Amino acid sequence: MRLNRTELILLGVALLLAAGGLIAPQWLVFLLTMALAKSMVVQGVVMQMRAGLVTFGQGLYFCVGGYAVGMSGHFLDISDLALLLVIGVGAAVLLAMLLGLLMTRYREIFFAMLSLAFSMILYGVLVKSSALGSTDGFNVKAWSLFGWSPAQGQAPLALFIIIVGVCAVLAVLLHRYSRSSAGMMCEAIRENEVRVEYLGQSPRWVLYMNYVAAAAVSALGGGFMALSAGHIDPEMAYWITSGEFVFIALLGGTAHVAAPFIAAIVFAVVRTYAIELVPHSWQMILGFTLLAIIVFLPKGLWSLFTGQARRAKA
Amino acid sequence: MSCILETQGLCKAFGAVTAAKDVNVRIRPGEVVGVIGSNGAGKTTFINMVTGYLKPSSGQVLFNGQSIIGRTPRAITRLGMARSFQVAQLFPQLSVMDNLLIAVAAAQNPFPSLLAPMRTAARVALADAMLAQFDIARWRDTQVTAVPQGVRKLIDIAMALIGEPQMLLLDEPTSGVSAEEKTALMDTVMRVVAERRVTVLFVEHDMDVVRRYVSRILAFYSGEVLADGVPEQVLANPRVQEFVTGSQKVHQRVAL
Repeated sequence: MRLNRTELILLGVALLLAAGGLIAPQWLVFLLTMALAKSMVVQGVVMQMRAGLVTFGQGLYFCVGGYAVGMSGHFLDISDLALLLVIGVGAAVLLAMLLGLLMTRYREIFFAMLSLAFSMILYGVLVKSSALGSTDGFNVKAWSLFGWSPAQGQAPLALFIIIVGVCAVLAVLLHRYSRSSAGMMCEAIRENEVRVEYLGQSPRWVLYMNYVAAAAVSALGGGFMALSAGHIDPEMAYWITSGEFVFIALLGGTAHVAAPFIAAIVFAVVRTYAIELVPHSWQMILGFTLLAIIVFLPKGLWSLFTGQARRAKA
Repeated sequence: MSCILETQGLCKAFGAVTAAKDVNVRIRPGEVVGVIGSNGAGKTTFINMVTGYLKPSSGQVLFNGQSIIGRTPRAITRLGMARSFQVAQLFPQLSVMDNLLIAVAAAQNPFPSLLAPMRTAARVALADAMLAQFDIARWRDTQVTAVPQGVRKLIDIAMALIGEPQMLLLDEPTSGVSAEEKTALMDTVMRVVAERRVTVLFVEHDMDVVRRYVSRILAFYSGEVLADGVPEQVLANPRVQEFVTGSQKVHQRVAL
């Protein structure tokens, strides 16, 4: 597999980030792990935004990934991280393959509301499931990897390095996807679905593939979140959680695969300091941040980089 | 001679409004057929039914002898019947080259690849050749929103032709184009379709354009085919003059 310049940069940044984790304080390692887990869900949101669809229910797959990981450990006594994540992604893919048949019939606000509806149905089911801890959720068992278990206190750093590695591979794959025929066809559908149909392509099939792929990526984030936080609860499927993913997607923009990663980290830092600064009205700071982004950087934080590149070329 | 396109008793009603009434048309391979008629005569409805956008209320559409009723537009496109639109249907935020590359990728594979890049040297070469054929290569890297209307029409037609269809349906290819540009645009289009030996059916209001390029005219009025024949014969038909071209009224007014 030959890597192009962008992909090499993405892998280089990931390497630096992983190395930085070795010297960073534990709270920062944890914060970055959570941010990267969320960034995967945001990637799922952005994938659909590129096809012209806004989902207010991506928390559904975030939650499915998290609960599949948690339940596999709890009920099946599986502790292998790789296997747990595969189960989480597999569960989300199966659900997305089913729901996608309906979802891809809808566009615009109808798609957004239907996605929200499905995530809220899951939320309602989980809240009523006493076997799964109802509103409290339940704790996720400690993980191992191919028979190796991290030493006491080393798990957060090990998980951070693993998630950085996974994010690096994901970034390369998503970068390729965005330039592939399927990725470009998503943009074409956003621009003019009728024309895509008259070019001999099925917009529904393209959107279906995109929907399932976005679910898989989001479930991966949910799985990592469960392993990192060590706890899962129905809030993962709540509409505010899904709204947060859309917020981060808008913060970063859809122009580059790196944007959701950057935006998720910026969001985590801003939120942490906002809570520290004004514990009871931190949401106001987030609101002003989003307002500023929409007014001054309508294409998201990534436009800071593209603007700089344009100026350098000029 | 066998037909490439045949419609049998094609009807379409939108509630109480009848947009097509017993339309029977036979198009032979290689023909260039002009479809004329006043606004609301049923021309675009006819094209929309033939290309799968609208389902006829009754009747049959045969393409190369095969029924295409109930097929999706993409299935009909893949069978070899492409179309362009009254308002050019492009991807406005993308460059001209990307528009064509998407058309090439779509034509080559009904199931787009998830990881292989869309922009390959072979596809770029194909798109470049098409741009050169239509004399619009200088707009290659321009965003579609920044190109003139006439060029947009040509891009729309180029995208339809990229899948190498046997038949091309053009819905008012010169609408929105200035009078001075019309002839140059149609000369280019007709040159390219002649080189590719594509059967053409085009809807047009401008009778000069119709006379110049077609070998046969279908005149529509109130959802029906009023006349079908060579241009001189159809345009001399008193009913066509009265209901379609309006030339009889003009003559009458002049006589008065």
